[in-house]
Amino acid sequence: MTASQYVFIESRDPFESPDTGFVADTAEALAARGRSVTVFLVQNGVLATRSGAARGAHLGRLAGAGVTVFADDFSLRERGIEAGELWAGVRPASIETLVDLIVRPDAKTVWH
Amino acid sequence: MRILNLVETAYRGTLEEQDDTVLWLSRALKGAGADLTVVLRGNAVNYAVRQACPPLAIGSAIIKHPARPNDDLTQLLAKGAKVYVIREDLAERGIGEDRCVAEAQPLARAEVVDLMESHDQVWHW
Amino acid sequence: MADRTLTLAIMDAPYEAAASTTAFRIIAAALAKGIDVNVFAYEGAVSLTVKEQAPHANPVKGTSVEQEEHPTTKDLVAALLELGRSEPRLNWVNCGLCVDERGAGSWIDGVKRGGPANFLEMAVASTTTLVIPTK
Repeated sequence: MTASQYVFIESRDPFESPDTGFVADTAEALAARGRSVTVFLVQNGVLATRSGAARGAHLGRLAGAGVTVFADDFSLRERGIEAGELWAGVRPASIETLVDLIVRPDAKTVWH
Repeated sequence: MRILNLVETAYRGTLEEQDDTVLWLSRALKGAGADLTVVLRGNAVNYAVRQACPPLAIGSAIIKHPARPNDDLTQLLAKGAKVYVIREDLAERGIGEDRCVAEAQPLARAEVVDLMESHDQVWHW
Repeated sequence: MADRTLTLAIMDAPYEAAASTTAFRIIAAALAKGIDVNVFAYEGAVSLTVKEQAPHANPVKGTSVEQEEHPTTKDLVAALLELGRSEPRLNWVNCGLCVDERGAGSWIDGVKRGGPANFLEMAVASTTTLVIPTK
């Protein structure tokens, strides 16, 4: 089996769900194994993206650990979150970017 | 194609006839020939606890045959699926492994990544 | 036939979850990229295609049906089916048993009835499969 690329679509926010730790921990573990890992925040998952948000610091840590962290631009706009407010390492991205990431033969995509 | 079903949500569709809908779907996929592994995580680890869901009467309408998660796990195993339950999630919920049915094999949280690597598709429910 | 296929499993009933919005966006974006899409609608998602859905006025806002201009979920699925009517193709399958217990069998044109075996078949034949669960 060739090396997989992982995409975690995180729809939950850490204020409502402590289980967001599952995505963060798993993403970090896979990145540590040298895998290409992306976390794509969507819906309320973007609520933690404002830098300084309590319980959002893990997003900057993920980026530092080699995980690509995107925030859905539509979800950001819906919630009035500007690109300049985001944690360092978190980048806005389009749904088209998400589709490009997930429709690859070696991609494994997990919606959380 | 090897499929890893990570099952987290539990006791949601309790008006459904007879089954947890994702364990039911897992059984159906296995029956259709899927190469399937099931991992119970989060609240779904409680499905590994020996249990008998009570019937429910709402007026004259009675749900006589509620879900039997332990049977679902037994049937999955009988069809050749592997079934795991996350050790740390059990412990966090105060569930001793001795309270669990034998069909669900305890697995450390850190080992889920190994399963993700060894399966072609990872579906989270 | 497209060189890539995406299969999605969706579960949420109409209007109950933001996941439905995102699912529709993913499907539309994939079709725009020329990717074939299969949808397996499971549980509450089988009601997304019910033909009898009707928009309504909004007395709280004081707007009429016409002013609201609000597509129902069946309209949104119809629009997706239009995008995926030939190449690329959108194949929408409702889980039959879920349809039966919800009385959701009156659906818009272009939708098919199926079951878990169809979902597995679609998944095996696809480039990748995305499961969008419900909570």
